[in-house]
Amino acid sequence: MNLDHVNGSDKGNVVLFALSTCQWCRKTRALLDELDVAYDFTYVDLTSGEERDEVVKELTKWNPQLSFPTIVINNTKVITGFKEDEIRETFS
Amino acid sequence: MGNFDFYEDFKKDAEKNGYFLNEDIEFVKALLESIKVNIDRYGYANCPCRLASGDKKKDLDMICPCNYRDMDLSDYGACFCALYVSEDVLNGKIKLNSIPDRRMEELAKNKKEVPINSNELGKLKVPIWNCKVCGYLCGKEKPPLKCPICKADSDRFEQIL
Repeated sequence: MNLDHVNGSDKGNVVLFALSTCQWCRKTRALLDELDVAYDFTYVDLTSGEERDEVVKELTKWNPQLSFPTIVINNTKVITGFKEDEIRETFS
Repeated sequence: MGNFDFYEDFKKDAEKNGYFLNEDIEFVKALLESIKVNIDRYGYANCPCRLASGDKKKDLDMICPCNYRDMDLSDYGACFCALYVSEDVLNGKIKLNSIPDRRMEELAKNKKEVPINSNELGKLKVPIWNCKVCGYLCGKEKPPLKCPICKADSDRFEQIL
């Protein structure tokens, strides 16, 4: 799975599954930037073939609804959707 | 179907049909741009907030306006993208929040659905077609090319009886 890295403070292993066309995903990224969170992300709509299958399989494991955005923290906690309060609480 | 090219036209169309757009104009404009990206990419207006397979037949249910818009407007006051919102959201009676995506659940439900045996309802002279976008029903050999109510294409119709 190819992930892009965004620099910031280390607040654990943070992975964001997003779509390049999704406005809630854009808001989520802006909030993570605002909170100075270092994170990895992938735009799933820009993947194809085997990589797409791999990413979808990984995301389904964390969020069977396969919805976006999905944030996975330290391979344990999952936040689905742009839940501003929960995201702020988690990283503040 | 909606004209995604111009915000003003899109808004007018929506309101003519009894729908309301999110009052955050920049947010709506960005969504319309994303829908246009999807039209260029896939050849159809896939929901910008959901993952397209690239196979139109598999994605028909999430072509904007998606099959889930009306249900989400009733239950949450907004469609999944928050492109469309309810009057209560517009008037500030309900706060706009991130909502769950019901698509997977609805697809699973549809798989289980047992078709109604038309014998139970007497013999129908013509099949009944349901527009899955707006719920318009008509009795015809074939569905109309475009839904006369919401202008959805004929492939959004399902024969229910």
